[in-house]
Amino acid sequence: MSLFVIGYYTLILAASCLAAYFNKRSAFLLLFSLTLVSFVLGIIGGVGALKFVVVVAGLIALSAMVSYAFREFLITLSPTGVAKELRTAPLTAAFGMFVIFTYAIAGIFAPLIAPHGEAAVISGAFAPADENMLLGADQLGRDMFSRLVFGARNSVGLALTATLMAFFLGATAGLLAAVKGGWFDQAMGRFADVIMSIPSLIFALLMLSIFGPTIPVIIVAVAIIYAPRVFRLTRAVAGNVVVMDYIEAAKLRGEGTGYLIRREVLPNSMAPLIAEFGLEFCFVFLLVAGLSFLGLGIQPPTADWGSMVRENATLISFGDITPLIPAAAIALLTVGVNFVVDWMLHRSSGLKE
Amino acid sequence: MGDIAKLIGKRLGLGLVILLIISIIIFFMVELLPGDVAQAVLGQGATPENLAAMRKQMGLDQPAVVRYFGWLAGALTLDFGNSIVTGKAVMSIIGERFMNTLFLASYAAVIAVPISIILGVIVALLRNSIFDRVANVVTLTSISSPEFFLAYILILYFSIKWGMFPSNAKISDGMSFADLLWRTFLPALTLVLVVVAHMMRMTRASIIALLASPYIEMARLKGTPPWKVIVKHALPNAWAPIINVVALNLAYLITGVVLVEVVFVYPGIGQALVDAVSKRDFPVVQASCLIFAATYILLNLAADVGAILTNPRLRHPK
Amino acid sequence: MSKVNDQVLMDKLAEAARAGKISRRSFMNYSMAAGMTASAATGLWGTSAKAAPTRGGTLRLGAHDGNTSDSHDPGTYVTFSMIQTAHTYRSYLTLIESDGSLGPDIATEWSATPDAAEWTFKINPKASFHSGGKVTANDVIASMNHHRGDASTSAAKALLADVVDLVDNGDNSVTFKLAAGNADLPWLMTDYHLAIIPANADGSANWQSGDGSGPYKMVNANFGIGYSLVRHDGWHLEGAYFDAVDITVLNDPNAMQAALVTGDIDCATQLDLKTLSLLERHPDIEIDNVPSAAAITMPMLCDTAPFDNVDVRNALKLSVDRNELIEKIAYGKATVGNDFHHSPAMPYWPDDIPQREYDPEQAKALLQKAGAEGLTVDLSVADSVFSGAVDMCVLFAEHAKASGITINVIREPNDGYYSDVWLKKPWCAVQWGARPTPDVMYSLAYKDDAAWNESRWQNERFNVLLRQAKSELDDTKRAGMYHEMAMLARDDGGTVIPFFPNFVYARNKKVRHGPNLAASWQMDGARACSRWWFEA
Repeated sequence: MSLFVIGYYTLILAASCLAAYFNKRSAFLLLFSLTLVSFVLGIIGGVGALKFVVVVAGLIALSAMVSYAFREFLITLSPTGVAKELRTAPLTAAFGMFVIFTYAIAGIFAPLIAPHGEAAVISGAFAPADENMLLGADQLGRDMFSRLVFGARNSVGLALTATLMAFFLGATAGLLAAVKGGWFDQAMGRFADVIMSIPSLIFALLMLSIFGPTIPVIIVAVAIIYAPRVFRLTRAVAGNVVVMDYIEAAKLRGEGTGYLIRREVLPNSMAPLIAEFGLEFCFVFLLVAGLSFLGLGIQPPTADWGSMVRENATLISFGDITPLIPAAAIALLTVGVNFVVDWMLHRSSGLKE
Repeated sequence: MGDIAKLIGKRLGLGLVILLIISIIIFFMVELLPGDVAQAVLGQGATPENLAAMRKQMGLDQPAVVRYFGWLAGALTLDFGNSIVTGKAVMSIIGERFMNTLFLASYAAVIAVPISIILGVIVALLRNSIFDRVANVVTLTSISSPEFFLAYILILYFSIKWGMFPSNAKISDGMSFADLLWRTFLPALTLVLVVVAHMMRMTRASIIALLASPYIEMARLKGTPPWKVIVKHALPNAWAPIINVVALNLAYLITGVVLVEVVFVYPGIGQALVDAVSKRDFPVVQASCLIFAATYILLNLAADVGAILTNPRLRHPK
Repeated sequence: MSKVNDQVLMDKLAEAARAGKISRRSFMNYSMAAGMTASAATGLWGTSAKAAPTRGGTLRLGAHDGNTSDSHDPGTYVTFSMIQTAHTYRSYLTLIESDGSLGPDIATEWSATPDAAEWTFKINPKASFHSGGKVTANDVIASMNHHRGDASTSAAKALLADVVDLVDNGDNSVTFKLAAGNADLPWLMTDYHLAIIPANADGSANWQSGDGSGPYKMVNANFGIGYSLVRHDGWHLEGAYFDAVDITVLNDPNAMQAALVTGDIDCATQLDLKTLSLLERHPDIEIDNVPSAAAITMPMLCDTAPFDNVDVRNALKLSVDRNELIEKIAYGKATVGNDFHHSPAMPYWPDDIPQREYDPEQAKALLQKAGAEGLTVDLSVADSVFSGAVDMCVLFAEHAKASGITINVIREPNDGYYSDVWLKKPWCAVQWGARPTPDVMYSLAYKDDAAWNESRWQNERFNVLLRQAKSELDDTKRAGMYHEMAMLARDDGGTVIPFFPNFVYARNKKVRHGPNLAASWQMDGARACSRWWFEA
């Protein structure tokens, strides 16, 4: 039995006892179940498995610390009202905000951060990582790290634009339908049904085959696919608002549709819409990544995470995880956004249990 | 019960109208595709006379509107025509493929639905505990990962590193059922990972949303144990949203699996559809899209009917 | 020579053949010199010379490029997976042997009138269809007529355009009557469309049933998914060592590679070149790298400015570093091109023509002569041309900068590339499949009036030579003509040919093959299923 194993179990048991002593029930439960799992893992997987557990635990601890620090940082910087809200954010949400913040910085300042050009060939194919190239080279000898950074700008930028457009279309139609009602409401509803019944990937595939896989076409196609979902939600939320007495009052005052939407309905349906925006952004992002994976997304040599996975995918047969790094970047961002959305949903639902 | 029959009838009628509109949209989208069917079929090596002969054989020398109505007339009698590329009946081409897709979807659903509902109930019971948090993080991560990412990770470990399951899900007719399950395990698992999270979160949310209701409070005050409160009192009333999300996910399992089929080389309908689009084989594209749309519409209808049947208040509206 | 000496020579020859030291062609030559008849020598090569193949096992083959719309109709064979399958369940009049020579399939022998305008093929009496009947002259004629006539939709129609009449001689042989002499007709019969299929009573061909006379019988065909076949016991040729063959269509290169590495398939028909160096290290896998007759061409329209000036054309030919293209785009798996469309894998290849090198200085001089310094041209390309096509053009543009030429790489849409860009845009990149002989290739894409004269090149001498060579039955004279034509195409033609991509495919080490691999298609001319075997 190596020193590492002894140290591992001592530490984990000591930590469980401490947690139990200080009556930290959930911490104790976590640590003690980890101990039990470790026994099994240690027997099956040997020291390697335990080391893996340590690395994972270390990573989680690290991200928890980063999140905590980042939350405090935001609280210090924000005005009092926002700071009060931020204090209620769980660590996961803080982590999500940190991820979004990092991606935003990477995307905005990509040319400054990336050590090499987006399409610059600087070494042989699949050169391993060295001090010049943080993550090694891709199949043409381009710097993987630089392409990841540029990918943040391209992939996220595209998804964000498409989501904004879907929201603009969907929310406008939804609000109009809710306020106007009647045949307009019916027609829009059926129209949304039609689009939603066509599988999204197939719809995108046809659109992109017809108009060519250029960035504007991708944005429009994705926006058309997601607009009906936004429409439905907006229609439902606004539908509940429209029957309120104050809307009735405004109508009796003789206010126009534009005023009703802007001043009465929209402010009162904002919270769920913002939460939905985060969710839809994730779906859009995943759809765009899927399209790129099928070879129909952003075209090379522009760096894009989905196509980067596709281009390097054959490496996986050799147990090399390089192609998974861009996929992990996609996953990390969507996880981050979902964490934040989760918190916002929780807050807006008013469920404080 | 008459109300439900009326509702189903109305929705089915509406569904047919939607299918008709979709068939028009798809037809003209395929018409708009650049390039030419004859060229796509004969490849780079075709001469102009070849192409002309091929177009004639495919009936492409007629105007688009005539062809559409020709197709529609057939479709109304449930004859979806022949593939213009191979001349085989469309139903014989996609029928088997659709069965394969249904098989994979049911395989994934049989695993995913019970797991997600049971987990959802457990997590609702243990809400705000460390397990709830862990489950929350894990499910969010699996929702947020691209399907091909999950698929590749599964291939890397289960077939390349450990050699437990095959990386390509080729299935053939003479296969035993056990063999079939083994061959298609990895694609099914990928799908399970994608849908479980969604369904489980919905189950948890709907149960927790009910916990604040007075009748649950009442049950709790009577001293009913927490698990009984949830299973006996909260769950029955939470069925409607759960059925809804289950139906949506089933629709996804059937219509959204192109990526999984590509990665695992599974002979499902998604792959056939992508092939047909590349060959501009309009009858096949049309029939597959309509099957997808019909599946989506029927599952949505089933969800609504299910919600009404499980909820007495909806069953007997005031 | 005494009988004993003959026997000693034959033993030595057989041993050399077994060790893979001599090719089939040399073996046949020497054995016939030693007094054997051709058929006896063929038999000897088959039985004793090969490295003792063993029978048995099921070959699981992963084939790339398949589509749900594939079918049994030989006229519309277009994907590689279908071509591979066609050579497994159907047979042809002639075939390309592993060493690249022309050999017998359904036809045991063939002969021509001196002007090469009438060819007679004798049908092997042993050849039979899987459904039972013998292959007759009637079937051969029906199979050929399937590709002829106004109503035919076959992609091989142009190939048989010269055939005026097909005559059943009544003695199990068929005579092809041609409008003009064609010495290459027996080579044309190896084309993958010209499969022999049974005739219906009305003389049409019955392709729908999937019946064939090839080494394996189709048991189950799932087009675009996979095919399972079992050995046809009465096959008329030597080989078909596997008991059964299982072909799986694997379009995704990653799926193909994963299946190969995990042992799910025994052979992969195409590999992702990017990771080849990693695959080469795999202990159980052997890679076959075969120079092919497929080509990448970049035709410039010779009747369109600035390409109507031969100096401009040659300046562009001098402005590309072919070796770097091969290294970066084909990952070293290609044979360098020399601007004439005749690959070393084709017969009559002229091996003494100097290689054109990258020479920006000379290119500059030529441009000056043409009064076209600082030339700017557009080069059209699409991703679908071949994997790396766009990158190739971008690299070309980099190289051409040294000659003061600006090349704008235009990325065209994949769909409709061959109908809207090829033959229409002044300069584009094209991939050509392998053709069996230089005559087929030149007649198709370089002849003055060919529909696909992709560079619209008009050279009188070249066309005269092309017509002469076509009906020339003397091999030496013919080779001389092709040499002169190559020089003309190289120095006057409008096509840049950077390289001939190799066929790169892989197999598990337990799958064995002979010393040579045919260059007409991947997988030993798509005939791996009948030629290869499992190690005992």
